Amino acid sequence: MKVTIDGIPVEVEPGTTILNAARQIGGDIVPPAMCYYSKLEGSGGKCRTCLVKVSKGSEKDPRPMPKLVASCRTTVMDGMEVQNITSPEVVEARKGVVEMLLLNHPLDCPVCDQAGECHLQDLGFEHGAAKTRYEFDRRTFEKIDIGDKIQLHMTRCILCYRCVFTADQITNTRLHGILNRGDHSEISTYITKAVDNDFSGNIIDVCPVGALTDKTFRFKNRVWFTKPVDAHRDCDKCCGKVTLWYKGEDVIRVTGRKDVYGEVEEFICNTCRFDKKKTADWVIEGPRKISHKSVISSNHYEFTPLPVVKTNPVLMEANKEQFERDTRL
Amino acid sequence: MGRKLLLEHINVPGINTFDVYRSKGGYAAVEKALKTMSPDEVVEEVKKSGLRGRGGAGFPTGMKWSFLAKPEGVPRYLVCNADESEPGTFKDRYLMTYIPHLLIEGMIVSSFALGANTSYIYVRGEMMPQIRILEKAIAEAKAKGFLGKNILGSGYDLELYVQPGGGAYICGEETALLESLEGKRGNPRIKPPFPAIAGLYGRPTVVNNVESIAAVVPIVNEGGDEYAKLGIGRSTGTKLISAGGNLKKPGVYEIDLGLPVEEFLYSDEYCGGIANGKRLKAVVAGGSSVPILPANLILKTINNEPRLMSYESLADGGFITGTMMGSGGFIAYDEDACIVRNTWNFARFYHHESCGQCSPCREGTGWMEKVLHRLEHGHGKMSDMDLLVDVSKKIEGNTICPLGDAAAWPVASAIRHFRDEFEWHVTNGAEATTRNYGLAHYADPLPKLETAG
Ligand SMILES: Cc1cc2nc3c(=O)[nH]c(=O)nc-3n(C[C@H](O)[C@H](O)[C@H](O)COP(=O)(O)O)c2cc1C
Ligand code: SF4
Ligand code: SF4
Ligand code: FES
Repeated sequence: MKVTIDGIPVEVEPGTTILNAARQIGGDIVPPAMCYYSKLEGSGGKCRTCLVKVSKGSEKDPRPMPKLVASCRTTVMDGMEVQNITSPEVVEARKGVVEMLLLNHPLDCPVCDQAGECHLQDLGFEHGAAKTRYEFDRRTFEKIDIGDKIQLHMTRCILCYRCVFTADQITNTRLHGILNRGDHSEISTYITKAVDNDFSGNIIDVCPVGALTDKTFRFKNRVWFTKPVDAHRDCDKCCGKVTLWYKGEDVIRVTGRKDVYGEVEEFICNTCRFDKKKTADWVIEGPRKISHKSVISSNHYEFTPLPVVKTNPVLMEANKEQFERDTRL
Repeated sequence: MGRKLLLEHINVPGINTFDVYRSKGGYAAVEKALKTMSPDEVVEEVKKSGLRGRGGAGFPTGMKWSFLAKPEGVPRYLVCNADESEPGTFKDRYLMTYIPHLLIEGMIVSSFALGANTSYIYVRGEMMPQIRILEKAIAEAKAKGFLGKNILGSGYDLELYVQPGGGAYICGEETALLESLEGKRGNPRIKPPFPAIAGLYGRPTVVNNVESIAAVVPIVNEGGDEYAKLGIGRSTGTKLISAGGNLKKPGVYEIDLGLPVEEFLYSDEYCGGIANGKRLKAVVAGGSSVPILPANLILKTINNEPRLMSYESLADGGFITGTMMGSGGFIAYDEDACIVRNTWNFARFYHHESCGQCSPCREGTGWMEKVLHRLEHGHGKMSDMDLLVDVSKKIEGNTICPLGDAAAWPVASAIRHFRDEFEWHVTNGAEATTRNYGLAHYADPLPKLETAG
């Protein structure tokens, strides 16, 4: 099936969503996604940041769709034409959604563990306005401990439901995740029940903001002062493939391996996450590639050369030292 | 005087019982359909009737029925939407209270047409008396052989259940209703798939409003063509209107679609005019979700033609000068009503009822409510009106379900038509808390077309 996104054509399998088609193309035309998570069945459709305009429905029925659609939950049709960043309407709507997401957000990034790897921060930076038009008290909640390893700070939650789907899908019992309605909704502490589960820690990784944080890492460090290293171990519960976050010689945090869209490659168990914090527990694979755009890479002396530097022998020689540094830990 | 198809016998003593209802010709449609018609023939009559959904969206019922997927060996469901919670709308409750067997009869005929052997009536949680009434009516009908196995010896089986809701407006949205019926949190589903393909428990399902289902009874009795003769244009048949607000005679009226709004408002047969000799200031014509119109625009369209109670005429002028039929909740405001306060009241409702799944509706409804609260209490700013319109635009069309639109329209339309009154609330903040703005120019004759805009 052929679909064109912002003028770039791509061939995809039937049943692919517009968002995933865009991800196959990659780059700036990929709509931001705050709630969709490819590993979580049923996720998506809620945050509305991924809205796009379908300017041509399909080859068979070329009519445009009347409203903007959530690209994460709309499947492509053959010949479909989609506008994302080329549509002023989409850009405007997205600005609106970002404003809404930030409306009741505490903006406490300076004291938030997620800062630096927060998708809301990135989103606000890219699409948001510098000032809020909201002049009322923001919604606040008390912090809640979910077991001894995870903390829920509802005030920062954007109600993406990812943690709810995670809790739902790693346990056999149904765990209603949301209490109340509207802007007084909250993630229910029934999720504490999921904490008996070996995989509950994954709700930290799926959370796009700092609403669910790892208490074993809390306030230990800013993420951009730590260095991510891929490692694995033989684990009888999970794949054992993780990212270790180093501060000097110490592993201060263990997470799943996140891709550019903030999605983990595979879920990991709580033993790997919370209990294996010594280098000796792990087989080190090498530094984790972090986009040079991310603040996390700013202290890693990582060097992403321009394509021309990579291909031109003279420039390569001139930057030799940089290349070597890049491959060192 | 218009014909009454649904409420003809509403004043007959004991019409809420099986025997009296039957003696007035009740359950004839069941006999006719099950004994002399095929399910497809019933669908065909409904299509011919031109009946449009009475729950708000006005989607043609016959067409909806023909979209129902019919895979082999998979059960199908009919679900009646009796969640009626739209402010200003109380016709379904009226019908269920006084003539419950009409709904039961409609359910049997409709279920037969759709090939459903299990059907549900999902009733708003607060309507406990109506739930009891329906359960009693079902028991009566079952005892007489109109429900259960092999109805009237036709070989058709139907079980009918009443399910109380939890009392959430959002559970009236059809997919939220299905979630709730399945015992889950009433969050609207992301569509597609539509209920006709994957509805209740993932099976093909039709969701219809109480009044839509009741209207199937006269359609089967008299034939779709006869039904289509009533009404005007694509607005066929009769419609129940819940008339409320500052009226001499508020209540539920069955009207022929196409009745002039002026006649409905002022004639003695219907609302009898504005209460206490006051003058009309504004009307919300189809329940709180539809755009509010000032008196001059509800009585006449922008082309100075009389406005009629029909889907098309009410929508004449689009969102600039028109409104919508919606669910038929007709609220009249007299010269003493405060439009700012009313808009705030509606905004408060939508803020309270948003399910909170999607960010524009979850956050935007609360924001609008707070700004309107400030305006109503005399602390507003001149920039608030543009802010409200902008926020409403950020919600409208960008959400999972139409509740977002329903929250945006009343606010946007109130500011469009009553901006003077909002501005007065800003410039005269203290005074606005002690008296209302009054009628102003809202009932003045419309300007001539050339100057209208
Ligand atoms: C927020 C919301 C609330 C609704 N509430 C009701 C309701 O109380 N009763 C109803 O019949 N339809 C309600 N609807 C419309 C239903 O989604 C659906 O369109 C209707 O039940 C279909 O029936 P009809 O085709 O017979 O009109 C609501 C829709 C929305 C978006
Ligand atoms: S706690 Fe995090 S993952 Fe859960 S809904 Fe809130 S933002 Fe999403
Ligand atoms: S529009 Fe509002 S009520 Fe509808 S799904 Fe979104 S948040 Fe829920
Ligand atoms: S990512 Fe598509 S709506 Fe949230």
